[in-house]
Amino acid sequence: MTALKMNRRRLLAAASAGVGLAFAGRVAAQSNGPANKLVVVIARGAMDGLSVTVPHADPNYVPLRGGLAIAAPGEANGALALSEGFGLHPALSGLHALYGQGQMRFAPAVALPVRIRSHFDAQDVLENGGEGLRQQSDGWLNRAIVAAGGTSLKGLSIGAQTPLILRGDAPVSSWAPGGLVRDGDRIASLLQDLYVEDPMLGQNLARGLATEQLVGMEGGDQRLRRNDVQGLGQAVAKLMTGPEGADIVAVSLDGWDTHAGQRAQLQTRLTGLDQLVTGLKNGLGETWSRTAVIVATEFGRTARANGTQGTDHGTGSSFLLAGGAVKRGGPIGDWPTLADNRLFENRDLAPTLDIRSVFKGVLRDHMGLDRAALDARVFPGSAAEAPAMDGLI
Amino acid sequence: MASSPTDTAVAVSRLGLGARPGEIDRVAADPRGWAIGQIRPLGAPQPSGQFADTAERVAQYIDYQSDAGLVRRDRRAAAPATADAAPAPAPGMPDAADPQAVARREARQAARRDITQDTAQEFLARAQLGATTDDGFAERWALFWSNALTVSAAKFASGAFVGQYEREAIRPHVFGRFEDLVLAAEQHPAMLLYLDQARSVGPDSLAGARRNAGLNENLAREMMELHTVGADGGYTQGDVTELARALTGWSVPAARDQRQPARPQRARRMAAPTEPGPDGFVFRANVHEPGTRTVMGKAYPAAGLAQGQAILRDLARHPATAKRLSRRLAAHFVADDPSPALVARLETAWTGSGGDLAQVARALIDAPETWTPQPAKIKTPYEFIVSAHRALGTRPPRVQPLRQALLDMGQPPFSPPSPEGWPDLAADWAGPDALVKRLNWSRTAADAAQAADPSAVAASALGARLSERTRLAVARAESRPEALTLLFMSPEFQRR
Repeated sequence: MTALKMNRRRLLAAASAGVGLAFAGRVAAQSNGPANKLVVVIARGAMDGLSVTVPHADPNYVPLRGGLAIAAPGEANGALALSEGFGLHPALSGLHALYGQGQMRFAPAVALPVRIRSHFDAQDVLENGGEGLRQQSDGWLNRAIVAAGGTSLKGLSIGAQTPLILRGDAPVSSWAPGGLVRDGDRIASLLQDLYVEDPMLGQNLARGLATEQLVGMEGGDQRLRRNDVQGLGQAVAKLMTGPEGADIVAVSLDGWDTHAGQRAQLQTRLTGLDQLVTGLKNGLGETWSRTAVIVATEFGRTARANGTQGTDHGTGSSFLLAGGAVKRGGPIGDWPTLADNRLFENRDLAPTLDIRSVFKGVLRDHMGLDRAALDARVFPGSAAEAPAMDGLI
Repeated sequence: MASSPTDTAVAVSRLGLGARPGEIDRVAADPRGWAIGQIRPLGAPQPSGQFADTAERVAQYIDYQSDAGLVRRDRRAAAPATADAAPAPAPGMPDAADPQAVARREARQAARRDITQDTAQEFLARAQLGATTDDGFAERWALFWSNALTVSAAKFASGAFVGQYEREAIRPHVFGRFEDLVLAAEQHPAMLLYLDQARSVGPDSLAGARRNAGLNENLAREMMELHTVGADGGYTQGDVTELARALTGWSVPAARDQRQPARPQRARRMAAPTEPGPDGFVFRANVHEPGTRTVMGKAYPAAGLAQGQAILRDLARHPATAKRLSRRLAAHFVADDPSPALVARLETAWTGSGGDLAQVARALIDAPETWTPQPAKIKTPYEFIVSAHRALGTRPPRVQPLRQALLDMGQPPFSPPSPEGWPDLAADWAGPDALVKRLNWSRTAADAAQAADPSAVAASALGARLSERTRLAVARAESRPEALTLLFMSPEFQRR
C-alpha cells in the first residue's frame, strides 16, 4: 500500500512538472531496447457494438435497429467504410484514418467466456480474466506484468483508484486528472431522477454542479478542461514516454449504458473515445509505432431497438485494436449475421470469438509473453477455449 | 408494541447511525427494544485506543504552557524596547540568536504538534466507533450531548482536551441526571479553557485585590444561554454577572501550582468537604469572589466551590432547561420543526424524572412521532460519512482523508464554529456546494469500496426505507461505483 501511494505521489509530481516518471524499486531497462506499450480502454456500461462497427451490409441490420441504425457509407451521416460490409461510426474519424494507414483492426462479434448481463459481474470477468464469476481476485493485466518478469513493465491506471484489471501482486501506479474521466452529466441526470420527490436536494445539487462547471472551465494550465478527452490522451501519453514512462495503462470510459436516447449519447461517447486515441497518438510521437491500444467492453446490447430509442443489455459486441504496432488486416473473427435464427437467445448479436483470444494474441506478440504463461497464469483455463489469436501485431 | 419493517429501518437510521450489513435483520424482532437496551447507567460506549486521560493531558498541557511562556519571554527579550505594542514575531521567525531560545521554540512547536495529532487520533477512534458499534442509538445520544455542551478544537487550548472531555465528562453521564452531566462538563478543562473561565478572577478576592484582575463572564453567560435555561429563560445581565462571580476560582492546574505545591492542595482540601471536582479541575479559593450571590431571585450564601455548583444545579433543574433541551432533542432526532406533542412528551419525562436522561431517552423512543416513516432530517456530514462506512461494513482507516472530507462538507473534526455547537437544520448542511462535496466523496468512497453487490448493500443499509426508484437505479447502474454513488446520494440515504 505504501509503495503504491508513493508511486502515485511521484507520478502526480512528475505529471505536474511535465517530466518523466520515477519508479521506486525498478529494475534496469530491458536489454533488448525499450518495452512496447499497451493501453487498455474499458468502455464501462456495455458499448453497443452494432453502432461502432456497423454491419451495414447485413440485410437485417436496418429492420432490427430502425431509427438507431447507422446509415451506410456514402449516405448522410453514414458510417466510415471498412472492409467486408462493415463501417465505422461516423464519430470515429480519427480511428478511421488509422484504419486507412493499416493501424486499426476490429472484431465485430466478441464476448466474455460466460453469458451474463449484469454490468458488475461482467466487468469483473472482463477484468479478472477468469473463465467465470469470481474465479480470480486480481486482474489479468497485472498478472501479465508479473508473468513478464514482475517489475520490468510499469503499470498505470487512470483514475483515483486502481481498477480490478490492474490489481494484483505487481505494484502499479495511478493518476487522476481532476475527475475528468468521470462523466459528471450522467450521474447528475441519474440523481435528478432520484430527487423528483425531494426538490430541495435536486435543486441544490443542480446549482452546485453548475457552479462547479464554471470553475472547471476557468481552470488554468494545471487543469484539463472538462470534456477535453484529447487533452487527457496527451496527458496519458506524457506519462508513457521517457525512460521511466508507463508501459501498460488502463483507462476507463464511463457512460455506455444507452437504454434511452442512444444516438446522441453514443455520438458523445464515441467522439470522446476517438479523441482519446487521437490524443494518445499525437502525444506518443515516435513511441506510437511501438504502441497497441485495445478498446473492450463487458458485453454488447440487444440487436433490436427498445421502446425508448435505446437498447438493453445484450451479448456480443465490438473489439477495437489500434496503434502503430498493429498489423494491417481485415475483421478479426467471423460475422454471425443478424438473421433471426442466428441471434443469441433470439435477442443479441451472437459472439463468434472469445475476447481472451485477442487479449492473449496481443500480449504474446506485442508484449512478448510466452504461451505457457498466458495459458496457465494470465488467463487460466483458456488454452483450449481461447487460444491466442495470430496476426494482430 | 408490534413493529413493522419500516420501524426497523427508521430505528437504525433515525435513532442510530445507519445499518451495517445484517444489522436490520438483528434489529427487526424488536426495534424499540434495540434502542431501549442501549440505555445503560454507565453511559455511552467508549472509543477504543490508548489515549491520555485528563490528568495526563493536564500534565502535558502544563509542559506546553511552560515552553510557551519561555518562548514569549525570549521574544520579549529579543524585541526592541520600543516595540511593546507591536505584535509578537511570526512563528518560525528567528527571534533570537540564542540557541537555547531556538530549542525552546522547537520544543513548544513539537508539544503543540503532539497534542494536535493526539486529538486527530481521538477523532478517528470516535469515527471508527461510530462506524462499527452495535449501539448506534447510544452513540447518537452521546454525540447530541457533546454538541449541546460544545467545546471546540477551533481554540487550541480546548482542542487539547476535547477527546478527554467527550470520554470523561460526556459519555459516562449521558444516561444519568442532566445536572450531573452539566456539572461534569462545566468543570472539565476543555470547557473552562474554551469559555475563558480559568482566567476569571473575583475583583474582591485575595488575588483580585492584589492583581487588579477581574471577571470574565463568558462561561457564566453560555451556561445560562446555551447549556441550561436559554436566552428567554428569564435571567438578566445582573444574573449573568452574579453567576460569573460565583464561578470565580473554577480553574485548571497550572505550572505555578507545581512550583508552589501547597496551594492547589489547599484548594482541593477546601473543595473536598462539599463536592470534589473531577480530574483536571482546580478550585482556587484565592481568586473566588467572597459573599452571597443572588441568581434569578434566589440567594446563595458564600460556600466556595459549592456556591457555583448549587447555582448550576438549580439552573439544570429549571423548567426552562427541560423545555429548551426537549425541543432541541426533538429537532435533532426527528424534524427540523418538531411537533409540539413530541416536545411535550420529552419535557414531561424530563420534569417528571428530575432530569433523568435515561427517562428522556425512553420517552423519545416511545413517542409515536419518532416513528413516522417519512424522513425529515438531513444527515450531518459526520453522520453521512459514518453511515456510508456502516453500509459498506467498513470503518475510516486514516484520519487525514476523513478530516479533509469533513472540512469540504463543512464540519471539520471537533471544531464547531461557536459555543452554540453544530447547526442542526437541512439548510445548514445541504447547500449546493455541500451536496457537490458529498457527491465527490461518494464517488471516491464508491471507487474504493470492495462491495460485490451494490443492490445487497442498498437493501441491508436501508431496509424498508429503500425506495423502488433508488432500488432500480442501483440495480441498473452501469458499474459498481456508479451504483454505490447513487445509493449514497439517494434521498433516503442523505436523510434519516
